[in-house]
Amino acid sequence: MRPFQYIRPKNVKEAVDMVSLEENARFIAGGTNLVDLMKRNIETPDKLVDITHLPLKKIEYHSGTLRIGALALNSDVAEHAIVNSRFPLLAKAIDAGASGQLRNMATVGGNLLQRTRCAYFYDTAFPCNKRQLETGCAAVGGINRMHAIFGLEKNDLEKSCIAVHPSDMCVALAALDAIIITFGPKGERKIPIQDFHRLPGNRPDLDSILEKGELILAVELKSNTFQQHTHYLKIRDRAAYAFAIVSAAVALDVQQDQIRAARVALGGVAHKPWRLFDVEKALAGKPISQNTFRNAAAVSVADAKTFEHNAFKIKLLPNVILEALMNAAGLEPSYD
Amino acid sequence: MINPKNIHASEPDASLDRVDGPVKVTGTAKYSAEYQFGQLTYAVLVTSSIAKGKIKSINASKAEKAPGVLTIIHHLNSPGIPGYPVVKQPAERAPLGTAFRVFYDELIYFNGQPVAMVVAETFEQAVHAASLVQVVYEVEEHQTDFEANISKAEMAPSVRRSKNSPFQDYDRGTTDAWKNAEVKISATYTIPTQHHQPLEPHAIIAVWEAADKLTVYDKNQGVKSAQGNLAQTFKLPRENVKVISKFIGGAFGSGIRVWPHTVAAVLAAKKLNRPVKLVLGRELMFTSVGYRPYTVQKIEMGATKAGMLIAITHEGIGQTSQYEEHLERTILASRAMYACPNVSTRYRLLSLDVNTPTWMRGPGDATGMFALESAVDEMAFALNMDPLEMRLKNHADSDPERNLPWSAKSLKACYLLGAEKFGWKNRALAPRSMKSNGWLVGYGMASSLYGFHRHPSKAKAIMLADGSVVVQSATMDIGPGTGTAMSRIAAKVLGVNPRKVRFEMGDSSLPDAPGQNGSSTIPSVGSAVHVVCESLRNKLVTLAEGMPGTSPSYANILKYHNLSQLEATEESKSGPERDQYSMYSFGCHFVEVHVKPLTGEVHVKKVVTCADVGKIINEKTARSQSIGGVVGGIGMALMEASVMDHRYGRYITSDLASYHIPVHADIPQIEVHYIDKPDMLVNPIGSKGLGEIAIVGVAAAVANAVFHATGKRVRELPITLEKLI
Repeated sequence: MRPFQYIRPKNVKEAVDMVSLEENARFIAGGTNLVDLMKRNIETPDKLVDITHLPLKKIEYHSGTLRIGALALNSDVAEHAIVNSRFPLLAKAIDAGASGQLRNMATVGGNLLQRTRCAYFYDTAFPCNKRQLETGCAAVGGINRMHAIFGLEKNDLEKSCIAVHPSDMCVALAALDAIIITFGPKGERKIPIQDFHRLPGNRPDLDSILEKGELILAVELKSNTFQQHTHYLKIRDRAAYAFAIVSAAVALDVQQDQIRAARVALGGVAHKPWRLFDVEKALAGKPISQNTFRNAAAVSVADAKTFEHNAFKIKLLPNVILEALMNAAGLEPSYD
Repeated sequence: MINPKNIHASEPDASLDRVDGPVKVTGTAKYSAEYQFGQLTYAVLVTSSIAKGKIKSINASKAEKAPGVLTIIHHLNSPGIPGYPVVKQPAERAPLGTAFRVFYDELIYFNGQPVAMVVAETFEQAVHAASLVQVVYEVEEHQTDFEANISKAEMAPSVRRSKNSPFQDYDRGTTDAWKNAEVKISATYTIPTQHHQPLEPHAIIAVWEAADKLTVYDKNQGVKSAQGNLAQTFKLPRENVKVISKFIGGAFGSGIRVWPHTVAAVLAAKKLNRPVKLVLGRELMFTSVGYRPYTVQKIEMGATKAGMLIAITHEGIGQTSQYEEHLERTILASRAMYACPNVSTRYRLLSLDVNTPTWMRGPGDATGMFALESAVDEMAFALNMDPLEMRLKNHADSDPERNLPWSAKSLKACYLLGAEKFGWKNRALAPRSMKSNGWLVGYGMASSLYGFHRHPSKAKAIMLADGSVVVQSATMDIGPGTGTAMSRIAAKVLGVNPRKVRFEMGDSSLPDAPGQNGSSTIPSVGSAVHVVCESLRNKLVTLAEGMPGTSPSYANILKYHNLSQLEATEESKSGPERDQYSMYSFGCHFVEVHVKPLTGEVHVKKVVTCADVGKIINEKTARSQSIGGVVGGIGMALMEASVMDHRYGRYITSDLASYHIPVHADIPQIEVHYIDKPDMLVNPIGSKGLGEIAIVGVAAAVANAVFHATGKRVRELPITLEKLI
């Protein structure tokens, strides 16, 4: 790890100034990802601006809006009464991520900004466009079992990136249309989560649209009609403490066994949490049934493109969505 | 004459708690990296990023100027290691059979090879400086892909040279007899490279006490073998090298050898004349301390319609480096496991541009029994026969390989006990026919065996004035609870409370003993402890003669004779019984898995494991060892795989987020049962050791259960979900 300066700013304004004006400064909160990246020389900041003491930890619910401070711990959010009663999908997704120890350290803002777990990104002996532009993507022709099937660059894949966003929390936030509140050199702005994370394109080094020095203040969720029927299904190689091969956050608004609206978002399939609007459309207005779910899930892989080691995701994904929807609807699947 | 049994209270029946439990849970147990020294320096390795070629240049000038840097050692400036031959100019590839020589010349043999070492005043300074060392390579084409090179596998040269090698081609009865059998199967089984990945990384602190006197605090599994190796490497008298390894946070075989990083740290300490600490980062644990080799096995098997085995052929191909052989027992189990008249085995090695593998828990047998016990399950399915019945029918009542009686064998009792405890009778014969709550349910089982190993061992026992006992031997505890078991053996012989016994180990200056490997500690050192305590007791009994009273305490005997202490030293080893009996441990595992049909997720729901390992010395620590073996086997079956990108010849699994070992949530209730019948033909304590057999066969039992649940036979580990959807 190379030497760096460590600073504690007095307030949000000072923190934003420090990072936006310094050449190579970074915010640090829980550090559960950044410190690992620094140890392996993936991130090499000269200055760490510690924001953990800033007043951004509150979780509040006012007139139909939940506001989660960027420094709220993942574990505090997952255990919060209002989150559990009104946004259970978010609690389920957070609990599916990492380990108890990590959730006790990691913040909501940090979770939004965690970087991919692509093995090639983590080892400087491999080429990686995300780590260093124009060096190539080792994953395209390499071991890409965990990699993306959606949102891939169409023109020059070798200059792009096929890594996936690793967060579970963000998948639920995508399904729930979260708004990310930020404060940067140009002031405050509200970013819908759909726009927050980027597709890799030819700038895979950029994971989000945040500008230099722009700090996440909070995440907002509007009250919704999906509390009763939600499920987060995470498929992984072991029962806990593993990143998703594929995960699905599903939420249904069901009235008298009819689906009024549906939300389906995926993890482990794209450079960002992936909403399946077509699947949602295919569900809306239909009765809840295994058949409805199976037909809608089949739509999910229409635009997928696979690589040598992740072709199984095409087969797995509709099954995962089906299983998640059945669970959300409280139906017992029949398999034969 | 006093009856020694009357001297003191007899041993308690209940299991002993782990004697080192309190120091471990309170954090006061000192592991290798935790010793403190003034003047301590910190080393960090720079490793190669190519798999084969030459170092063209090393530019360390930026690193040398970094704060705190004391020295940077590489092949161009290495002070040299006296035990290595003189460097050749130009460098030539080492002949096969040469252990890797650190900082020796410019040749690169594998990706992750140490090419330089930075030593600095602090760890952080060393890490930073290491990142500034620039190495330029001349790249040569490498071969790391086992499957692509499998046709180059050949009989290992050492086997070719030795007609008596167990790895020679073996034929019992008629070769290829399986082809004419009424029912036959042929299948190929693959296990990937797996790494031990103990949670404590390997670590060493090297301290030169004088120009010719070395002390190392090193994580290893054998202080005496490490002492011998370092003495030879640095051309020192053996007694001038002291190796301390008191506590070890798991090893599973990774600490059996002295690895290059240990030599490098000793070299740096010599150069600086200051203590050097080196702790391997997790990513270096993939290329610095060996691994279970990638292995492909082909089994062909023939049986009668009634389920009697006619023939087995078992061919195994293992992986090794370009500079050393590594042979494993892979195919040997097939010769001894079943009563089968025609058995052929072949064992070949494939040399690749990788580092040398090493023994990992149940070495060879865990690999071989995955194949053999999967194949038996396949045969049972082909016969439409219960797999347990198949095994009972083909039980070997004597060793069919050596034509000798077993010293003891209670495998049938294991089968029946395990089946009863597990509820095997509830198993439907047809695969994919049992279900529960939307999950497919599968019952699988497999046998296990492990050869008996006993090495000459010495121990010293000292009776102190207060009647407490110190027993010493240069053996180890990599986790099973050696001290606890030895205390119990000593306590039983001496008739004292085990809490009054202190067992000292992990120090090369103690009486000579083997390292902890091959399930040999209890059989070897346990026997020495038994024998030396008998000897001490006899001395005390002799001293007690003529003393007033009928039952003087040990303390009183010493006091009466004005002795501050009394000691005895003994050696214990095998005798002619090795040639008269075939000695193995046996066991079996029963596994229930649930598989989700839509997603292919496998959950192990229950395991019952039974072992016949002779006398169980301390049931509580034994159980914990068996449970650990099952956990390791579940990892082997379902998730453990070191994955290499062969374009670079480099692992992409470089941390514990990508190399999965089981977490608590993966592990169900594990029931452990022992036959607990002493095998008095093997040694004076009747106990055969447990570490290895605990894992042997587990992966097959899991794979067999998965087949029973799903009807899908997975022959390539690990059984990840894409193989089941």
